[in-house]
Amino acid sequence: MTAVETVERGQLAERPAIKPGDTVRVHVKVREGDKERIQVFEGMVIGMHRGGARATFTVRKVSFGQGVERIFPLHSPVIDKIDVLRTAKVRRAKLYFLRELKGKAARMKETGKKQQAS
Amino acid sequence: MVTGIIGRKVGMTQVFATDGTVTPATVIQAGPCVVLQAKGPQTDGYEAVQLGLVENKPAKVNKPLEGHYKKASVPPTRVRREVKIAPGGDAVKAGDQVLVNGVFKGGDRVDVIGISRGKGFQGVVKRHNFRGGAATHGSMFHRAPGSIGASSFPSRVVKGMRAAGRMGGDRVTTRNLKVVQVDAENNLLLVRGAVPGAPGTYIVVRKAVAAKPEPKPQVEKAGKTTVAKKPAAVKKPTKK
Repeated sequence: MTAVETVERGQLAERPAIKPGDTVRVHVKVREGDKERIQVFEGMVIGMHRGGARATFTVRKVSFGQGVERIFPLHSPVIDKIDVLRTAKVRRAKLYFLRELKGKAARMKETGKKQQAS
Repeated sequence: MVTGIIGRKVGMTQVFATDGTVTPATVIQAGPCVVLQAKGPQTDGYEAVQLGLVENKPAKVNKPLEGHYKKASVPPTRVRREVKIAPGGDAVKAGDQVLVNGVFKGGDRVDVIGISRGKGFQGVVKRHNFRGGAATHGSMFHRAPGSIGASSFPSRVVKGMRAAGRMGGDRVTTRNLKVVQVDAENNLLLVRGAVPGAPGTYIVVRKAVAAKPEPKPQVEKAGKTTVAKKPAAVKKPTKK
């Protein structure tokens, strides 16, 4: 094990296996003053950036007709939990082509196997 | 007390705080080191220690150096560096071991000295931060150095004129980096931000010579805040 991995090992949070094409619900802790609440961001994972504790993933959703993308650090303590709702069959690692598509065209075909929400 | 340690740059990573803030950090394989020679006022005129970095394989050294290591009765090391001694603590003698947790703790300010990455032959814009000219609008002056002096007087270029040439590969000191974490078990040191050199470079980490004070958050005066808050709290319900 390299020294960088040794340092990062302690920071890894337990996360479900997510991959591009998954529709996920990310529960984010939001601090307002001294109160903390959970905010949910639901959308499709359109890309992942691997790399130990530095891994991130991009979630895209369409909110009131406006496309919104959010990049989360996968192991950030701000993320309470991630639910995987659906898994679509996709043939590439980065689904940036979805940015050009709207409505029905932006639907993805689900894979046969259903994933457990965790 | 020894004020520094020899190490090797490993690479960079990031550290999460509980509120999700990410700190960029460099991982340094720091030590273990051995004291090869203790320098004192009587023998050398100043106080310092010469450290050697203990690595897996003992180094091959020539006869004169072999004698130097024999004096300290330690196996030869590839790297030797000198660091200063701070007053206080036990007197350091040759053969002593120096570990990272004995020198630094989390939150300390340190200087990191290393050899920067070689960048090859570079122009003045990259090497000396010259501004260069406009890229467009018919400008025929892009990244050239421009005038390097007057004409018939002095009929030469003054010494020290900055010009293009080899860049990098110099000894560079990055000052006032903050220690994020000390891992005594694996001899690892995490400092905030970048340090000179490529991964694998031998570096010296020493206590900051001009340590910056910790930035303090502004404390509101207790009397003022209570006065300011109370009317606001009273006003709100009346408005509704």
